[in-house]
Amino acid sequence: MKSIIQNINKTFDHRIRLGIMSILMVNEEADFNTLKELLGVTDGNLASHIKALENESYIRIEKQFIGKKPNTKYAATLEGKNAFRQHLEALEKLIHKT
Amino acid sequence: MKNQNYLNDLKDIKELMSRSTQFVSLSGLSGILAGLYALIGAAVAKTMIDAERQEYITLESTTFRNLIILAFLVLVCSVGTAYFLTVKKAKKANEHIWNATSKRLIINFCIPLVTGGIFSILLLKNGYFGLIAPITLIFYGMSCLNASKYTLRDVRYLGITQIILGLIAVEYSGYGLYFWVIGFGICHIVYGSVMYYKYDR
Repeated sequence: MKSIIQNINKTFDHRIRLGIMSILMVNEEADFNTLKELLGVTDGNLASHIKALENESYIRIEKQFIGKKPNTKYAATLEGKNAFRQHLEALEKLIHKT
Repeated sequence: MKNQNYLNDLKDIKELMSRSTQFVSLSGLSGILAGLYALIGAAVAKTMIDAERQEYITLESTTFRNLIILAFLVLVCSVGTAYFLTVKKAKKANEHIWNATSKRLIINFCIPLVTGGIFSILLLKNGYFGLIAPITLIFYGMSCLNASKYTLRDVRYLGITQIILGLIAVEYSGYGLYFWVIGFGICHIVYGSVMYYKYDR
């Protein structure tokens, strides 16, 4: 039992972070507004969770310009994808245990 | 209690994964209406062709020009209705009509469709009239198949049906209009109804 709990990743233990990772698992990349729209959160809230995931280097940030407007895109890193997969497996096991 | 939370987490994840990749506001009703327009268009076309029985329809004849206008009218009505009803459905579901998923859907739908359209025009120009019906059905089917990755699954089966119909139509080259009636008319009504009952209500 103890080993299963260890695989539950603390970084993902939040609805919005889980949401960001879910979107980036199935999409090559997503920009800030797309994430905001899909998750239904405020700018500040989303930015802080993005920061948390970035600090673990689970996601990668690509800044670019479309014309004169800055556009920031996010993508999951290989490390992030693996960590998220492990987290999902742990969740599944926890649910099947009981 | 904790378990329930994890279960909700998994549900959220699944929901976000499909919502971020698939545009689900596609209206089933618009499929039914597009089918009806196609049937009306085909009926008008049939009377136009029958009126010209004794004459051979050539690229320069007025009948041919009228047929092209008719086909174009059906296309514009269908696309217009689909757009209007999809916007309405998206608004109801609080989904933006112009987002990453709808853009991907349209681009992937249009690539095979435009290819088929250009191919058909080139065939017409070179006088291969017999292959127009099967070619349009096959390319439309491939467009649906390609687009289905980014929207409701039912579009995939609509695409496969159109491709099969198109292949059969190759063998019956005199009956193009009837295959169009089945493919663009009846198939749209059938799949549109299925989608309407499954998702719209």
